[in-house]
Amino acid sequence: MIDWCDKCEEMMQPFLDGSLSDDEVAEAEGHLEKCSWCAKRYRFEERLRHFVRVAVSEPMPAELKAKLAALRTPLDA
Amino acid sequence: MSDSAPTAADTRRLAQEARDRVRFEEEALELSDQVYRVARRLAGSREEADDLVQQTYERAFRSWRQYTPGTNLRAWLLRILTNLNIDRGRRQQRTPQTTSLDTNEAGDYFLYNKLESQLPDENPDEERVLERLSQDSIVDALAEVPHDFRDAIVLVDIGEFSYADAAQILDVPIGTVMSRLHRGRRILKKSLADGVAAT
Repeated sequence: MIDWCDKCEEMMQPFLDGSLSDDEVAEAEGHLEKCSWCAKRYRFEERLRHFVRVAVSEPMPAELKAKLAALRTPLDA
Repeated sequence: MSDSAPTAADTRRLAQEARDRVRFEEEALELSDQVYRVARRLAGSREEADDLVQQTYERAFRSWRQYTPGTNLRAWLLRILTNLNIDRGRRQQRTPQTTSLDTNEAGDYFLYNKLESQLPDENPDEERVLERLSQDSIVDALAEVPHDFRDAIVLVDIGEFSYADAAQILDVPIGTVMSRLHRGRRILKKSLADGVAAT
């Protein structure tokens, strides 16, 4: 007996990464249509990935930006 | 004698090279925000990230002729940065790889299940579940992920590099990037789940 929710859990990362085969995508989508429990966890994972990206993004300090610009080769070099 | 006056062809070549260099430097500087965003999470501290980015640009501007125009400049810069980061002896300072072996036991639904179980309402929507996590908890949890796994997460999920570019930057096979990424995300989620449980 296959536990489809367990299988769906295993497929979640490659599914969201777009690295599954067409057959596997069809298999996962078939289960997600019927199983709101798994579908909710997939939606959460998508939102979590976005949140992680935003949460850890720090703007570059202005002083560093100025230092980088100053590293440019002088035009008469 | 080799000190003859430069020919018109020499002058044109030098002028072209100067234009190419200016263009290279401009394009590299335009990417600096994105380079910093990744560097900040590859490095342990803000100071370290600042130094790394500065050294990266110094080296890039020195060796700009090694860059092949038309290829991925952001990945080229990150490759320099990653090598500098390794040179700095970061690997000796970091947590050993064996710290989180038990995280293999936590599947991809583990974090959701844990967060949901702490909410009073039956079957809450996923937005409410996500609200249980704070920005600080994510920053802290990511810093806890062992560096090999974290590097993969930072490049792919935060820097939005392809597997192939991440593999080139880290100098490992694509399959290694994928397995580190998948495992790293699970370690991150396990760490987030443990952090929420502790509050």
